[in-house]
Amino acid sequence: MAEPTHVLTAPNVIEYPFSRTTGPVIGAFFTALREGFIVGVRGSDGRVLVPPFEYDPLTAAELTEIVEVADEGEVVSWAWVAEPLAGQPLDRPFAWAMIRLDGADTALVHAVDAPGPQAMATGMRVRARWRAEREGHINDIEAFEPLEVVEGGA
Amino acid sequence: MPEVTGLRLPARLEGVEPVRAIRTPARLDYQFTAGRATSRFLQGVQRKQLLGQRCPVCAKVYVPPRGACPTDGVPTEEEVELGHTGTVTTFCVVNVQFYGQVMELPYVSALILLDGADLPIMHLIQEVPYDQVHMGMRVEAVWVPDEELAPTLESIRYFRPNGEPDAPWESYKDNV
Repeated sequence: MAEPTHVLTAPNVIEYPFSRTTGPVIGAFFTALREGFIVGVRGSDGRVLVPPFEYDPLTAAELTEIVEVADEGEVVSWAWVAEPLAGQPLDRPFAWAMIRLDGADTALVHAVDAPGPQAMATGMRVRARWRAEREGHINDIEAFEPLEVVEGGA
Repeated sequence: MPEVTGLRLPARLEGVEPVRAIRTPARLDYQFTAGRATSRFLQGVQRKQLLGQRCPVCAKVYVPPRGACPTDGVPTEEEVELGHTGTVTTFCVVNVQFYGQVMELPYVSALILLDGADLPIMHLIQEVPYDQVHMGMRVEAVWVPDEELAPTLESIRYFRPNGEPDAPWESYKDNV
C-alpha cells in the first residue's frame, strides 16, 4: 500500500420503470386530462375535490360523482423554484403553486410558468397550457400561465 | 367506463376509453466513489489481478476490499493476491425477464469464493448447462481481451467450470 491510490469515481444511475393502476375515480381524472379537460369528484358535503378523492375525507364513503371544472383558476399559495431539477415540469425557473380551479373547492398542485417571483401573487388568475399530444398524465398540462400581470408579488 | 358501477361521469367521458394506468418512473442519479481500497482492487482488475485485503485481527481476506474489517473495525492493510479460480457457494438460475436485462434466459448468477478469499463475489457462470451448476463446483475466470480490460468486474466476462473435482463442503460452508 506504499504508492498513493487514485480514487475512482463513476456515474451510477438507478432507474425503476414503475407504472401504477389508477382505479375508476383517479382514472377518470387522467382520462379527462388526455381529453383536454379537468374533473374532480363531489364530496358528501357538496364540495368539489380536485384532484378527485376515491373516498370522502369526512365520512370515508365511496365517492362516485365525477364533476367537470374549469382549466383556469386562482393561485392559493406558491413557491418559486429558482433552480429546476431534472424531471420537473419546466427546465427554466418557475413556481410550484396550489391552484383552485373555477368550480373546485380544493387546490391542485402544478407549475406556473411565470417570468419571475415578482410576477407571482396569491390570488392571481392562471390558466392551463395543454400539450398537443396527451396520454392521460398530469404533464398533459405543460404548466399554468398567468392571466394577468402582477405588480410587486405577494 | 362500463365496468364501473355507480360512477356518474360527465357526458364528455361517456364512451371514452378510460386511462387505467399511469407511468410513475423513479430515477436516482448517483456519483459512485469507490474509496481507496476498492479503487486499488478495480485498478488491479484492469491488470488482471484480483486483490483482496486481510484483517490483522481475524485474518479473513475480503474481496472486493472496503479498507476495514466489518467484524473487528480495524483497517485491512495487508494486500493479498487471489487466484483466478474459485468455488461456487450458492447460485440462482434466472428465468424471469426484467427491465435492463442483458443476458439470454435462463442464465446462472452465482456467489463464487475465490481461492484465498473469505468472502464470495457475485458473477455469471457460463459454458455449462444451467441445470448442471451446483454448490461446490470449481470454476475459473474468463477475462475479456486485454485491450478491453477496464477497472470493473465486467473485465471478467464470466466464470466457467475448470474441470477440477468439487470442493469439499468444509471448504466453503462458512460462506453459504
